[in-house]
Amino acid sequence: MSEDQMYSLSVNGKVHEVRDSWVGESLLYVLRERLGLPGAKGACEQGECGSCTVMLDGAAVCSCLVLAASAVGSDIVTVEGLSPDGQLTDVQESFIQHGAVQCGFCTPGLIVAIHNLLDENPRPTELQVKEAISGNICRCTGYGRIFAAVQDVIETRGA
Amino acid sequence: MTMGMASSNIRTRRDVLGASALRPDGSAKVKGEFSFSSDLWSDGMLWGATLRSPHPHARIINIDTSAAYAIDGVRCVLTADDVPGVLTYGLIEQDQPVFAKDVVRYMGEPIAAVAADHPETCRRALAAIVVEYDVLEPLTNPERSLDTAVPAIHPNGNVFRHQRIVHGDTSVVGDVIVEGDYEIGMQDQAFLGLEAAMAIPDADGSGVELHIATQWLHEDQKQIAACLGLPIERVRLVLGGVGGAFGAREDISLQVHSCLLALATSRPIKMQYSREESFFGHVHRHPARVNIRHHATKDGTIVKIEARMIFDGGAYASTSSAVLINGITHIQGPYRCPSAVVDGFAVRTNNPPCGAMRGFGVVQACYAHESQMDRLAEACGLSHVEIRLRNAMKTGDTLITGQPVESVAPVERCIRETDALPLPPPLPVTPNALQLPGGTGLTSRPENIRRGIGWGVSIKNIMYSEGFDDYSTARCTLQDGIVTLKFATSEVGQGFVTLAPQIARSVLGVDTVDIEQMDTTIGSAGSTSASRQTWMSGGAVDGACRLVRERLFEHVGKTNGIDPLRLIIDDNEIVDTMGSLRLNVSDAAPGVRFEETFEHHHRPTEDLDEDGQGNCHVAFAFVAHRAVVDVDVELGLVKVVQVATAQDVGRALNPLSVQGQLEGGIAQGLGLAVMEEVIVQDGRVRNPSFTDYLLPTALDAPDVVYSLIEEPDPQAPLGAKGVGEPPCISVTPAIASAIRQATGRDIRRVPVRPQDICL
Repeated sequence: MSEDQMYSLSVNGKVHEVRDSWVGESLLYVLRERLGLPGAKGACEQGECGSCTVMLDGAAVCSCLVLAASAVGSDIVTVEGLSPDGQLTDVQESFIQHGAVQCGFCTPGLIVAIHNLLDENPRPTELQVKEAISGNICRCTGYGRIFAAVQDVIETRGA
Repeated sequence: MTMGMASSNIRTRRDVLGASALRPDGSAKVKGEFSFSSDLWSDGMLWGATLRSPHPHARIINIDTSAAYAIDGVRCVLTADDVPGVLTYGLIEQDQPVFAKDVVRYMGEPIAAVAADHPETCRRALAAIVVEYDVLEPLTNPERSLDTAVPAIHPNGNVFRHQRIVHGDTSVVGDVIVEGDYEIGMQDQAFLGLEAAMAIPDADGSGVELHIATQWLHEDQKQIAACLGLPIERVRLVLGGVGGAFGAREDISLQVHSCLLALATSRPIKMQYSREESFFGHVHRHPARVNIRHHATKDGTIVKIEARMIFDGGAYASTSSAVLINGITHIQGPYRCPSAVVDGFAVRTNNPPCGAMRGFGVVQACYAHESQMDRLAEACGLSHVEIRLRNAMKTGDTLITGQPVESVAPVERCIRETDALPLPPPLPVTPNALQLPGGTGLTSRPENIRRGIGWGVSIKNIMYSEGFDDYSTARCTLQDGIVTLKFATSEVGQGFVTLAPQIARSVLGVDTVDIEQMDTTIGSAGSTSASRQTWMSGGAVDGACRLVRERLFEHVGKTNGIDPLRLIIDDNEIVDTMGSLRLNVSDAAPGVRFEETFEHHHRPTEDLDEDGQGNCHVAFAFVAHRAVVDVDVELGLVKVVQVATAQDVGRALNPLSVQGQLEGGIAQGLGLAVMEEVIVQDGRVRNPSFTDYLLPTALDAPDVVYSLIEEPDPQAPLGAKGVGEPPCISVTPAIASAIRQATGRDIRRVPVRPQDICL
């Protein structure tokens, strides 16, 4: 499938060269299969479930809907880029403490989406939280423990 | 937000049984470092993909793979002719072909598999395979499957199983009789982690290692080895990270195909389904139709039920025969019922195959019996709560199968404690649009909204039934205060990896517990299904740890000249109850390694006789749900505001995990009530995507208030009942009932669609 495409992507502050890529590959595929960054997950290929959420120039996007080659020149942050030193972020720690993780497949996308929400709006209301993550489907938890985890971060950061 | 009536988040100094211990895999999962089966990668690997039938019923005239082979990068194309072992598989009856050979019986049935260097090459190869079909009329109406004049669509016939239940005085006629016809739609498990596997062939081609997201490693191993024509020990399975299961990973999907491709190419094969393929690649919850008639005295006491249930099993058997038995044996609900006549059928059609999903036949039964309880209440002039309390089952009652209920049966407590939970505040006078039915659609007007409250109560068997010798195996190793556990129990997200160390800490007084890789190098743990792993694998881990504790006490007794029977574990210490010895477990036997393996079996069960009589189930769990809904009666839109529940859990071994199961199950039951249906027309699935198959989102999730009923079950190794399935069962009829209350409409079917409310 080599069509001799070569381009560079800036992911988590590092420049990665993408070689021998088919031009139709999604950002999700390139992150996972070519750059060794499997944190973003694929679960619907249609931008419905949010499992593949990454930040593209500061905006949360579904990486399954972004052509990798169109992300050249953008600043991409994946879940792996949120805790580069191995230390958990407050959102990650809160997810563990509140039981917001079961199978964990939706978790990386949710973590990115919630960081993005709190970056933009540090004190969202309960409804704003629900709306902000309504594009991230979780099949295991029924969301209750996820809401509790987010609420705890909001209160701790605001204290 | 959720409020727990039970203490939901107790952290103790030590994460023993009863503490809300945190997941050991939590850190890896929040960082994106946890390796799901779809994250696996191997040097030199190829991608595998499956060609599927576009027709629900057709004869295959010819398959031409030559054009696919001609594509650069394609390494292998396999069809039915390339299967070296048995040509079919299946959990109970092996009737499902690895690849269709002469005939296809459902849309999406596998025909061929390819291996290539890139997923896109695979897609092109699949498109290049030419299959000539003679398209046949599909059999899609399950009632027609019962008609002996209709030609069989499979050599094994069109009826998977028929079973009657005849119990008590069948001539009894009630003062009050209510009858209804109910229908339950096809639900998808919709786990997020799509089917994925990595098959790695042995260097000499004599075997294969499969890393797979599955619910039951050893059952997969058995079926795969048979199809590959290999001795079972040449097929080794390792659990790949599992992104949810809910029943959909109990059957074979891509297991055999990926192993065949690996052996044919001598290269590692990565396979993963797309969401669309996943809808075709695994079984769904059975659609069912139930006709049911309740006979009662004037005061509302049930004297007899008569029911007929038909489950559409689709093209292949899967677990249909067991789902049927669950359905008919639970049709009385958690209520006393002295007499019954029940007829149940599970049939074959050209619809998608159906099998296990959380609730397993009981979901369908519960929707019918709970809808009936509402009608019976109204016929007798009782409230929905009163009718249920009047008939509530108790420990020692006899089921319509003649089986006594030996499990703790706190049905009345479930109802009363649910009733005592607070109701939500009324809709604000000027609500936020997101609080209204339809949410971000911004279409609802507050003046069109009616609020309703509905009830559902259920009984669910836990563990396997009908004489199946069910067991689980675990090994415990202790050295210098560190425990290592080994088992083949599939961790699918439910949290057995959290619970197992809690058991070891409680029994052995240690703090550090490691879990080895889950694979087939130890005996079977059975399936992660039927709410059985806390009881079964929990029992196995507990048993292995207790054996190790005996050995440890023998050692300490011998070295200290004390009768080992005087020793107990207290916190982290071994204590002589009749002397002064106190030893930290870590220092009790320096350098000595203790290792024991234990197999836990539950008590035997029986087959049903021809009248459906027999002690076929092991144990039961109970739960009540109360739902509050807001309905826009003009638009037919529903917002589930709150669900209250009291669940019989035996003992909450990890209250935080239990809360997660309750809330997650409620969301899935809400999905079946008002959102989720695999729509099948003429055998064709019309909505195989997350754009068209709608799952509950954060905005759809109701507030959940709950109470845990802890009456330890003496039969259960740890006193705990399984908690996985009950939360999703009676919430569906509770929501439907609430919609009836809000609208006055006679809702007979779930999911409830807008047109069922407003047209």
